[in-house]
Amino acid sequence: MSAPDLPARCDIAVIGAGPAGLAAATIAARAGLSTVLFDEQPAPGGQVHRAATTTPLADPVAILGVGQARGVALARDCAASGARILSGATVWSVAADGTLGVSLAGAASPVVARHVVIATGALERPMPIPGWTLPGVMTAGAAQILLKTGGLVGEGRVVLAGCGPLLWLLAAQYRRAGARIAALLDTTPRANWIAAARHLPGFLASPYLAKGLGLLAEVRRSVPVFGGVTELRAEGGTSGRLARVSFRRGARAEESLDADLLLLHQGVAPNVNLALSAGCAHDWDDAQLCFRPALDAWLTSTVESISIAGDGGGIGGAEVAEARGRLAALGALRRLGAGDPGGMRAKAAAHARAEIATGLRGRAFLDTLYRPAEAFRIPHDATLVCRCEEVSAARIREAVALGCPGPNQLKSFLRCGMGPCQGRMCSLTVTEVMAKARGVSPGEIGHVRLRAPVKPVTLAEIAAMPTSPEAERAVLRG
Amino acid sequence: MFRRLDDALTPAPVVGLTVDGTRIEARAGDLLAAALLAAGRGLCRTTPVSGAPRAPYCMMGVCFECLVTVDGMGSRQACLVPVREGMVVETQRGARVPGR
Ligand code: FES
Repeated sequence: MSAPDLPARCDIAVIGAGPAGLAAATIAARAGLSTVLFDEQPAPGGQVHRAATTTPLADPVAILGVGQARGVALARDCAASGARILSGATVWSVAADGTLGVSLAGAASPVVARHVVIATGALERPMPIPGWTLPGVMTAGAAQILLKTGGLVGEGRVVLAGCGPLLWLLAAQYRRAGARIAALLDTTPRANWIAAARHLPGFLASPYLAKGLGLLAEVRRSVPVFGGVTELRAEGGTSGRLARVSFRRGARAEESLDADLLLLHQGVAPNVNLALSAGCAHDWDDAQLCFRPALDAWLTSTVESISIAGDGGGIGGAEVAEARGRLAALGALRRLGAGDPGGMRAKAAAHARAEIATGLRGRAFLDTLYRPAEAFRIPHDATLVCRCEEVSAARIREAVALGCPGPNQLKSFLRCGMGPCQGRMCSLTVTEVMAKARGVSPGEIGHVRLRAPVKPVTLAEIAAMPTSPEAERAVLRG
Repeated sequence: MFRRLDDALTPAPVVGLTVDGTRIEARAGDLLAAALLAAGRGLCRTTPVSGAPRAPYCMMGVCFECLVTVDGMGSRQACLVPVREGMVVETQRGARVPGR
């Protein structure tokens, strides 16, 4: 049995319907290639334009801001381009020959593409603090998704903690929605301001400047902000849920706030799982503290049939993601030898590259200013690093002391990274904890090796997959 | 933990589901995890290792803290599943029961 709505083949498969994926699929389909856009969520938009077309908010722009309108336009253009958008479709494997493993509506099927554009975007960087697994602690991004998709806001004493633009954006959106925030605990290290100052000239020309300053002012008017937070702890009450947030500011005595909801955030990092499992080479980026894929001028990875567009190739934000989506699609058209009427492709690519350069201007300032403090990336011994298998930082350090060299071996020591999230919530922390303990760079430690399926898929689904004559010959004798 | 901005929303039909045998109401179009949080029933599961309670954490399919049983199928991610009238949801205690 195969998933009824899945095509067996296509020219270009795009994975992820955020700004990069929508832009890529639109370009590919307009050029006349059969294009399928796979997306795990119920509706296109990605996380930045989440629920752009389906939000229950009657006036989304009034609460969420103008960015939301862009998501609607991107989704509309893509639908009009002739690309097939498959929402609710999970891609759990990508092979170098362009074969995808896809689950849709409880059935799995292979889809063979001539070229694959991975546009799986970013994940929120883990913020492992004591108590971060308690019910009542979530990410700021999660709260934003609840607001966009369900019109929900936190109730009771809501505390925001961490650093980065999304934290301030959420605070402003809550304010506009009439939701109260008890406190914003800013963990941006004070020294970052000095380090970031030298990138200020680039930032002055960036479109983010006015937007960012406006947000900070808007939030500071209505929310008590505690700056220079250096330690943070979530504490549970008798109910087993969050009851209190305790924090320190440098040498001052510990302070404490009652809390019903704690929303954590310290930036985002590329979602590299699918690209890693497909064998695309990645390098450690010390400015953005993450692994990012090695890409050529057309955003093609080290696997020729796979391009990587959007924040999955390095954090640039929504506008850069869109331009990268277009560029990756143009590269795919070029590789597949699609027609180039009027020689427009080179021009369109140059335009996209210029937009990317403009968008990235000022990024160095944000990366340096909001570089999360080591204390919030490389936690103390008692803090859980792996939420799924409940492995603490102390046990990882013990394993290193016993000679465990990297995250792959750590799996057999501690099962760390082998739970259902497959390392998505812990791999950056594991890499940095091990690098620090061994006194080597995170790049040398590497990322945990990933294999398909990168998302859980039932055995029944795999067993029911349609097989090819070649696959059958491989296992049948005679 | 969460409340609905009722005055700021477009009207939508009510969808009824049961969670551990209790009926709750959601808005058509809700993600299951959002409906659970809005109904004050965010505790989706306890962990197989220590039995600690967990609730949705990322809302984007990454953390797997929102695993519940939906219409008899175990370990579904509640943050990716839209609600449906008559949906039967059970929270998960500890390790999965084999065969589900
Ligand atoms: S809440 Fe994280 S996977 Fe559902």
